[in-house]
Amino acid sequence: MTATTWTHKDLLGIQELTADEITHLLDAAAAFKEVGERAVKKVPSLRGKTMVNLFIEPSTRTRTSFELAAKRLSADVINITTTASSLVKGETLKDTALNLQALNADIIVIRHSAAGAPHFLSRFLKASVINAGDGAHEHPTQALLDAFTIREKKGHIAGLNVTILGDILYSRVARSNIWLLTKLGARVTLAGPSTLVPRVFEEFGCRVTHDIEEAIRDADVINLLRIQHERQRQTMFPGIGEYAAMFGLNKERFARTKPDAMIMHPGPINRGVEIDSEIADCGRSVILEQVTNGLAVRMAVLFLCAGGRISAEGAE
Amino acid sequence: MAVCLDEADGFFCAVSATVLMDGAALERALTRMAHEIVEHNPEAGSLAFVGIRTHGVPLARRLALKVGSILHREFPVGELDINMHRDDLALRDSLPKVGPSQIAFDVTGKSIVLVDDVLFTGRTIRAAMDEISDFGRPRRIQLASLVDRGHRELPIRPDYVGKNVPTSAGERVRVHLTEIDGNDEVVIER
Repeated sequence: MTATTWTHKDLLGIQELTADEITHLLDAAAAFKEVGERAVKKVPSLRGKTMVNLFIEPSTRTRTSFELAAKRLSADVINITTTASSLVKGETLKDTALNLQALNADIIVIRHSAAGAPHFLSRFLKASVINAGDGAHEHPTQALLDAFTIREKKGHIAGLNVTILGDILYSRVARSNIWLLTKLGARVTLAGPSTLVPRVFEEFGCRVTHDIEEAIRDADVINLLRIQHERQRQTMFPGIGEYAAMFGLNKERFARTKPDAMIMHPGPINRGVEIDSEIADCGRSVILEQVTNGLAVRMAVLFLCAGGRISAEGAE
Repeated sequence: MAVCLDEADGFFCAVSATVLMDGAALERALTRMAHEIVEHNPEAGSLAFVGIRTHGVPLARRLALKVGSILHREFPVGELDINMHRDDLALRDSLPKVGPSQIAFDVTGKSIVLVDDVLFTGRTIRAAMDEISDFGRPRRIQLASLVDRGHRELPIRPDYVGKNVPTSAGERVRVHLTEIDGNDEVVIER
């Protein structure tokens, strides 16, 4: 479709990518999705390469997804979590990363509570650095898998009304999604309590509303975000019960959405808070398909960033 | 002999192209290959065709139709994209565009006729055989190639060949097919 070739050694964020590069990556992900449907779900594209999952912040689904993606590309995988690493002994992130590179790691997938940690590593590492979530900044593979899922279900992204509902302020998923969806021509609406969805987000090129009815009425896609308890320094709203009553997607509100509105959630879901159990499990929910697509998208990311000679020479 | 202009590097350079097969010759070659496939597969029930993208796919479809019309039955056709199975990814400056493979039938127990347009080093065929094995265990795999231009780097030989063409390593053999390029033709460029 596009003649674009991928020239990045790292995937640090969506902000750095062009619309063509995003489309190129999504096309590649479609090819990798097919691998998961074969009898032998494995291709030799990254045979002999080593990927390190450096997760300084807890995660199950993203870490597992990256690990499985690497294994399906025949790469070797090492997992490092904070508690099991020398970081607790006082080693700096830079030293940890350089030690991993000294072991000839080709790809370092990093999740860190500090925004910019992957960008910092990419400046001195020859290995490919993949951002698996940095603070409240970016979570590029989540945005890519969301876009892949939307494109697969709706056929296109441009022109769609996408509502992102919930904790926008503390959400890296929201930022990456906003950048990606606006680059591909979707109309993005952000909604939630005014403390978590400040007006300043209008500068990202999206619409901000604190009226949930208005936010969901014309939405083709509703992406629900979890309340990030772990990132909130003080109480941003009176309570979980009140949040559920004011902004949760319950049956009554669901009935007022467009009949083909698609329900997404990056997980982990808090049933009964941002979404009612029945809606999470209904036919218009694509929550589990997002997980399946995440694997294909991460295979594409690893393949494009580390598959060619670009990564071996450390050039960008 | 024709002279065409190639604009690949931003400047014009003369490339001479010789037609090796025209549409009629290509058609005759495929018909002969179809008869050879029938001859070598007495239990035709397990036959299936798999084309290697891009130009192997329409060739596989045509061969399946020709064999089908001889035996009065239909044969399944699959498509293979071998780019994920290449062994030279780490040596390349840019990555190939990967696409999905589509094999909608169970390959286990089948006699697969693998179809490509030009047989050269044999590395594509090696990758294709690896990939087919990921879908199941065929009873046998046979190889059909419209052109065999030599210069093999692996111990691979075709079972059905449209035309053997001695070439030098620097020459390019291009197969044009109506389905993709608008006309049927095989040309060699020097």
